[in-house]
Amino acid sequence: MMRDTNINKSRREFLKSSTGVALFIGMSGLLPSIVSCRDSKKIEKTLEKHNITAWVRITEDGDITIYNPAAEMGQGSMTSLPIIFAEEMDAEWSKVKVEFSPQEVEIYGSEGWTPGSKLMFTVGSRITKSNFPLMRQSGAQARHILMYSAAKHWDVPLEELTTDKSVITHPKTKRSIPYGALIPFLKTPKHLPKYSLNELKKTEDFRLIGKEIPRVDIPDKVNGSAKFAGDLRMPDMLYGVLERGNLHGAKPSLENEQEILSIHGVISLLPFNYAIGVIANSLEVALDAKSKLKIKWSETDATNFNSQEIYNSYENIAKDASTGKIIREKGNVNIEQNTNFKTFVSDFKNDYVYHAQMEPLNIVVQVIPNQQRAEVWVGSQQGVDPKLGIPDLLGYPPENINIHLQYLGGGFGRRSMNDFVHEGVLMAKEVGPKPLKLLWTREDDIGYGAFRPLSLQRLKAVTGINGAILSLSHCIIGDGGNLVASGTRNDHYDIPNELVEWRETKHGIRLKHWRAVGHGPNKFAIECMLDEIAADQRIDPISLRKNLMQNSPRALATMKKVEEMSNWTETSSMDRAKGVGFVEHGSLGSGVCEISVNKATGEIKVHHFWVALDAGIIIQPDNVKAQIEGGIIMGMSSVLKEQITIEDGRVVQSNFHDYNLLRIQDIPETIETFLIPSNENPEGVGETATPMVACCIANAFLRLTGKHLRHLPFTPERVLDALNT
Amino acid sequence: MPLYTLNINNNSFEVEVNKGTSLLWVLREHLGLTGTKYSCGIAQCGSCTIHIDQKPMRACILTVENFAMGQKILTIEGLSEKGEHPVQKAWIKTQAPQCGYCQSGQIMQAVALLKEKPKPSREEIKSYMNGILCRCGTYMRILEAIEIASEENSAIN
Ligand code: FES
Ligand code: FES
Repeated sequence: MMRDTNINKSRREFLKSSTGVALFIGMSGLLPSIVSCRDSKKIEKTLEKHNITAWVRITEDGDITIYNPAAEMGQGSMTSLPIIFAEEMDAEWSKVKVEFSPQEVEIYGSEGWTPGSKLMFTVGSRITKSNFPLMRQSGAQARHILMYSAAKHWDVPLEELTTDKSVITHPKTKRSIPYGALIPFLKTPKHLPKYSLNELKKTEDFRLIGKEIPRVDIPDKVNGSAKFAGDLRMPDMLYGVLERGNLHGAKPSLENEQEILSIHGVISLLPFNYAIGVIANSLEVALDAKSKLKIKWSETDATNFNSQEIYNSYENIAKDASTGKIIREKGNVNIEQNTNFKTFVSDFKNDYVYHAQMEPLNIVVQVIPNQQRAEVWVGSQQGVDPKLGIPDLLGYPPENINIHLQYLGGGFGRRSMNDFVHEGVLMAKEVGPKPLKLLWTREDDIGYGAFRPLSLQRLKAVTGINGAILSLSHCIIGDGGNLVASGTRNDHYDIPNELVEWRETKHGIRLKHWRAVGHGPNKFAIECMLDEIAADQRIDPISLRKNLMQNSPRALATMKKVEEMSNWTETSSMDRAKGVGFVEHGSLGSGVCEISVNKATGEIKVHHFWVALDAGIIIQPDNVKAQIEGGIIMGMSSVLKEQITIEDGRVVQSNFHDYNLLRIQDIPETIETFLIPSNENPEGVGETATPMVACCIANAFLRLTGKHLRHLPFTPERVLDALNT
Repeated sequence: MPLYTLNINNNSFEVEVNKGTSLLWVLREHLGLTGTKYSCGIAQCGSCTIHIDQKPMRACILTVENFAMGQKILTIEGLSEKGEHPVQKAWIKTQAPQCGYCQSGQIMQAVALLKEKPKPSREEIKSYMNGILCRCGTYMRILEAIEIASEENSAIN
């Protein structure tokens, strides 16, 4: 396993030392106060089991290991959270190594979601925001322990000590000692200070936060040694695959059980109520047997559902005079009409999209029934239950379930769903104590995917005598509650009257959060409506937004900045046009793209993208830019190419030959990101760029052609249709 | 089960598997060379890209029996001792990977490109790299990394 070398090395150093347990900062009695855990026994037990401390371990050589409580799926938390910790600990970064923390929420959870709660959950682009205070506090406390020990060692007041890059100095006596050398003298204070904000480092004193520090996971990701769960191999390991069909929830009946069981290497068959599982002694045998299964599937709620024919019925639902579930209401949208008022009504639609994380779902599990224990190696976005629902599933005590988090080959929301985890556990239980690797093929991953829901947004805006927007009504039709109804807030626009309502439909299709969730379809609708109004009033779309943002200076600053970056006022060449969009998803982002359209083929080409972002304090500037670039590319992919369709309840697409992703030939010439300097708390950056893309492209298309693109994705056929209206 | 001898990264490996087993499963599951990734299994994504006699190929659609005749198989693990190949260094310099899953395939394809054409144009890079998907959207940095590696190449030559 990837991190073993580090662990072994440290263990060796541990044994080498004469001072044993005191090697590690915050061992034993200290821990409960460090980690403010309610149950100190539990922590001690955890530590015995893992042979580590809560947040940091140092050796006499000054090597420092910091624990990262978040999943790493490419967003860079493996580096950014330890940077925050090391900043307050005043650690020498070149000596820092990073490991995943154990999945123990009492110790490593942060309260970013609800005050007072503790959660380890890498979703919603919240990791940096919610762990920022925690990492600072615990980093500062680690520094305090070292200073306390030095003060005792030298018999000087702690207040007279200073630290810099893993060295403690007592200026009065001109003595200094590196952190590592303090290990034999480590002392545990009775109490750990709880630092208030102004006792922590001032932003101007940061020497790690905001600097260009390379990501710690990248070297292993370019030499092939980074481990994803599916890369693990164990003695006696068996393989599991499942056939789930592509009609979600259909019940299988297997018609050739004996034939399958007689295949050499097949160990057993495990029926699920939605699938047939095959366990074999090699992956190739398991896959071969899977391909030979003869299964009769039941009908389901999805039977007869045809996704591309559903929009007519959605339009009828939107027409209905009654109101759906109110998501948000501000003022009263039923303003009395005046002949000088103008009403704009438009429908926006979006088809299902699929996560398409490059690593199909997989997991390695060992269930040891006689110990009531399970070891689980998984790339997971974690969950509300840090043990991923496994204790309930097995009826084993939670402390006997060990989750070994691995790198994720992409998450995008798919890996915060535990379906594959539970499949792996149930199959491993069948063959326990032998370990089992479960693999979803790409066909499984698409056919039994959980998609961003199809939906329709009907927007109605009313403008007053001077053209100002008086009201905006936003009616959402679709399945999935928050999955379709989130991302409708317009807090940065001054619109006095608003109503957001959701009208539910149900189709029996599996649904899930997909990067930026409801922001994708809803921002598309809102931002396009603004440009429709601007076009009608013949005013500049950026001017219109700047007017609406008068009371939101931070949002306004991003809009002004992107106007400048993109040379907005300079007209593009004849065959090109620029379009704008604004998205808040934690961070605030304004984007502009420049496009051209091939009028013969209907293909849209994106030439440039500019983004101005206010994300508060930036931990790793280059990594934030990488998130924006990736977010734009993924946005372009979904907006221009990606489409899941359902015919008679069945998912039509099955692999990358018919589910198209954007390839390198389609990238823009440039994606430029400007990060607005700020001392505000950090905000998430992973989901701000993706929803921007549909808005910017459709708005550029409107300015270029005078025509509207209101149905995602903008396939060449749809573009040609729009051009010919 | 037949026994096959494979020449991988200048080492000889023996493996006993059914005829028809894909080279990808042989590398990953039988030999533990897991830097080469599975993502589609039908030659659509390029995550499994390796070199056979210096040519980039998709391991997922190759069957073991056809590559046990002394062909030189190169995987990401054999590209360099410690990740110091100029292409790998350029990848670190541009901080290209995000999740990292596609990157072995990207790097193997890029290495083959620069062998064939040490100074490719931007359009040539895009066209040669078009078979390798990246869901995280790291293409901008991949392009930049290849340009950097190509420049260093010519500086060395
Ligand atoms: S796994 Fe071989 S090309 Fe996709
Ligand atoms: S880095 Fe994640 S798929 Fe390419």
